[in-house]
Amino acid sequence: MAESGTGTAAPAKEGQSGNGSDPRSRAGGFGRPSLLRRLFDEIQSRLTADLDDRDPDFIRENLALSWLIASIWFRGEVRDLEKIPEEGPVLLVGNHSGGTITPDTIVFTLAFNTYFGVERPFYQLAHNLVLTSPVGPYLRRFGTVAASHENARKALDAGAAVLVYPGGDWEVNRPTWEANQIDFAGRRGFIKLALDAGVPIVPVVSVGGQETAVFLTHGERLAKLLRLDKLFRLKTLPVNLSLPWIVNIGDFLGHLPLPAKITVQVMDPIDLRQRYGRNPDRDRIYEDVTSAMQDQLTELASERQLPVIG
Amino acid sequence: MRIEQKVTIDAPRQLVWEYVTEPANYLVFMEGLTRWDIAGDRHTGLGARYRVLFRVGAADVGGLIEIVEWQPESDMAWSSVTGVDQRGRWRLRVLGDGRTRVTFRFAYGVAGGGITGLIAERVAAGPLNQRFRDSLQNVKRAVESQTKATV
Repeated sequence: MAESGTGTAAPAKEGQSGNGSDPRSRAGGFGRPSLLRRLFDEIQSRLTADLDDRDPDFIRENLALSWLIASIWFRGEVRDLEKIPEEGPVLLVGNHSGGTITPDTIVFTLAFNTYFGVERPFYQLAHNLVLTSPVGPYLRRFGTVAASHENARKALDAGAAVLVYPGGDWEVNRPTWEANQIDFAGRRGFIKLALDAGVPIVPVVSVGGQETAVFLTHGERLAKLLRLDKLFRLKTLPVNLSLPWIVNIGDFLGHLPLPAKITVQVMDPIDLRQRYGRNPDRDRIYEDVTSAMQDQLTELASERQLPVIG
Repeated sequence: MRIEQKVTIDAPRQLVWEYVTEPANYLVFMEGLTRWDIAGDRHTGLGARYRVLFRVGAADVGGLIEIVEWQPESDMAWSSVTGVDQRGRWRLRVLGDGRTRVTFRFAYGVAGGGITGLIAERVAAGPLNQRFRDSLQNVKRAVESQTKATV
């Protein structure tokens, strides 16, 4: 569901919408807005974080469906949620798996909402493509916002918990033989975000998501050739073997994930200023965080007896 | 969805009451419970609040509950304030010969969940029923061992 592209790593651009005005209202401001203009405005409106779109009642009413999927299909297990600070803003940093159908998000979001209650503000950063897709409006009510430094900062400043997947669209499509590897592709935006907002980060490591299909390649060369990176911030055109398509190129329509057991481990919070000082070396933080997450992922993977079965 | 379990305990009602109204005991006897924390100033009694979570399937489900009925040595009931809609009740009745009939009722629902809510309630009912049955046996063992120890 939620995934972040480079947006979390990229600082907010000057002049980017976020001044509090609702871009949707601008669509009606033109005498006869062209189709292209209206489309552009619609996309912009979906990418701007309106934190008020999150609807606790809607989330509560939909938890049953999430619970059924997470419990029966993915046999989800989330460990040590109590390590997440009981209140206040926090940046949850996860590894991401499963192509466009990301079971780790389904399982973790459910667990967070039931553990802390839907009353606690909780936002998930997602790739632009997810927010502009037909399920975008549905996800916005769940608290999903487009992955950008600006949107994440807005949520953290409002005291919310924010879930970010730095590896995002890259990591979810890593080949199956790299399933048990943390791969943030060098994206360090989450560190800048945590330092700027002065919030702790809590690593969240999951295993099993990359067993929901057979992932073959990122397809980055193909994406570049088709200019998808420029048009949609898509750096990959992944290829996987999955149901019902068998050979699934792009994964744009999603796929039926195999019922792999998903296990999520919450790690200890890290106060970056406290641990690394006032002027921290971001490269060192990146290495430390990803190494610790890799150790955790290796440990979780070692518990698994069989693929999919868990 | 409503679940009811009963057990007869070979101990006076007062001892059973003391055991099931002590918040610290819940994590000991209640199967599948991951949290039963006092939330607020009151330890027990009418108006006492607890943050409660049960591990059900892939999630810890529960929320904030409040004691809404408190009849010493007879009935204690709670209702949810936040989280999943739930009501719980202990009913203790004297059977004579120093024995106590204990009834535990638990009703829960997924407000606005529609068809998926109904399915989820039914799927959860089986494991919850088993857990409450085991939990009452735990209460029976704990209280009866206390009674034997005092005798």
